[in-house]
Amino acid sequence: MIVLQNLIDAVSLGAVYALAALGIGLIFSVMRLINFAHGELIMVGGFTLYTLAGQPLLVMILAALLTSTVLALGMERVAFRTLRKASPATLLISSFAVSYLIQHIVLLAFGSRAMGVAFLPELGTAIDLGGLRIPLLQLVTIAVTLVLMAGLVAFFRLSETGLQMRAAAEDFTMARLVGVKANRVIAFAFAISGVLASIVSFYLVAQTGSVSYKMGVSMVLIAFVSSVIGGMGSIAGAALGGFLVGIVSVSLQAYLPVDLRPYRDAFVFLLFVLFLFWRPDGLLASRADRDRV
Amino acid sequence: MVENSLFRPLQTALVLILALIAVALCASIAPPALQRTVIEALIKLTVVVGLFIFVGQSGVFSFGHVAFMAIGGYMSAILTLAPARKATLLDLPGAIEALQLPWPLALVAVIVAVGVLATVVGWPFCRLRGIALPMATFALLIITYVVASNWQQVTGGRQALVGLPRYVGLWTAFGGAALAILVAAGYAMTRHALMLRCSRESEVAAAATGIDVERERLIAFVLSAMVVAAGGVLFSHFIGTITASTFYLDLTFVTLTMLVVGGMRSLTGACAGVALVSLVSELLRSVERGVAIGDVTIAAPPGLQEIVLAALLLAILVLRPAGLLGDAEIGWPSFRRAAPATATRQQG
Repeated sequence: MIVLQNLIDAVSLGAVYALAALGIGLIFSVMRLINFAHGELIMVGGFTLYTLAGQPLLVMILAALLTSTVLALGMERVAFRTLRKASPATLLISSFAVSYLIQHIVLLAFGSRAMGVAFLPELGTAIDLGGLRIPLLQLVTIAVTLVLMAGLVAFFRLSETGLQMRAAAEDFTMARLVGVKANRVIAFAFAISGVLASIVSFYLVAQTGSVSYKMGVSMVLIAFVSSVIGGMGSIAGAALGGFLVGIVSVSLQAYLPVDLRPYRDAFVFLLFVLFLFWRPDGLLASRADRDRV
Repeated sequence: MVENSLFRPLQTALVLILALIAVALCASIAPPALQRTVIEALIKLTVVVGLFIFVGQSGVFSFGHVAFMAIGGYMSAILTLAPARKATLLDLPGAIEALQLPWPLALVAVIVAVGVLATVVGWPFCRLRGIALPMATFALLIITYVVASNWQQVTGGRQALVGLPRYVGLWTAFGGAALAILVAAGYAMTRHALMLRCSRESEVAAAATGIDVERERLIAFVLSAMVVAAGGVLFSHFIGTITASTFYLDLTFVTLTMLVVGGMRSLTGACAGVALVSLVSELLRSVERGVAIGDVTIAAPPGLQEIVLAALLLAILVLRPAGLLGDAEIGWPSFRRAAPATATRQQG
């Protein structure tokens, strides 16, 4: 029974990590940018919910989706577009700067204390399922993630833009040569990552019931790890990596000796480093990612 | 990259140290608050120059060097704190609890220990390629942070370790910075640094000419970790307390900003970056404290400092991706360089 309970915990946490990792993996696949500022898209979604608390649910959700997406498009236009030719490391530093900038603008506007938000508190109730008590939030998270992933798969397989994005992920220069418009594909990737980020923020706000200007940081670190494990540049890999990290985190939480439990994140990152020695390119590395000479 | 003379880096170092002496002399007669700012900047300079040894010459970003600051700071704290205080704050094995070293000895011991540690960590790290190496250093930072903020017995956990001997004054900090610059310049003159710079320009070409890129990276990694750890020791003993959260993402961001803004490929650039960022921070900090205009005091809200720093970094990355100085190094005034160029480098 406990194993099953842990499994559900693992899958629902993995689902959230997968959504966050997808947002990062998607951007990396089209422009080799590890977007540290993805956490700020999540944070801004959370703060939109906070600002609009008390409004109809639909308004809150749509507004958060809109804010994160607009911010994602904005950071692409202002910061990352001019740096498109820079090396991945320079891009990472610049996303660091964007993240720091947005965090402190929010700090300036809202202060540094965490603030409570009642967002979907009814999801906190647990339902009885054959002897298991499962928080509704976990079930909703798993369901939403599955629907979103199915939608993304359909988008990538069926729509023309999706096809172009897959082509760009495979080999960006080649894709441009056959007529894929770089700006359009990259803007699309940022828009999707904005949407995914705000959905992650829904989970975080519903689960913790609070927002703070640093709320995106730990999620983005986990998402980093997940997308690297899955294979940078591979969209399916990012999702796979997210689920794996979720499962590993929950297993460590459940099975580490009690004294060692506070060090759970250290173990997660240690396993990550060991993983890098084993498969530095990740599980599903895209072939175009390796330098050719 | 053109090397005019074998001793060019040494000239650069001497000019930089002369500039530091001028700064320190001015600071020695400045009001205490300003003096503290200068001391802090000198310590950051030690750290950034240490970071430059690896990042500047290898072209590989490291997000993990602040972890060595933390490790250095905690080690030195444990070695120098009075046994009675250690007994109340921590729960250490008896022999370590009783041990109290004079600070210079502790500093040397810490640098040696971090050197060993960095070799053990860096050996597998430097075998990683591409984006995997920066990611691994990131993981190192997070692991160190998590361990330092939870290991109650050794680091005091989330509480600050207080009562460190505060031996770092203006001239100690100056000494640290000057030594760091000499070490960086001395390293830059070796064939190892030349081979590493070669791999920075093209990893494949370097490997093809027989350069062992992994080994050269490891040498720079260990050396830079040792310098950065020394910076961490000075930092902790300057403040007098040490907390795990000091050595995390914010400090990583600030030190990398300093390096990138000035120009990460140049020692002069690293120093210029520290000077510029410290100057901007100090100005903004005084604005945050409030500027009196007549009877009205206008104070900027907290957070402005970070916003301006981040915007500065972004502007530099967009407008001058190589940093303010790019590859340029400061040297003697040009009339001194008329000597025949006999000391041209042989290696390649």
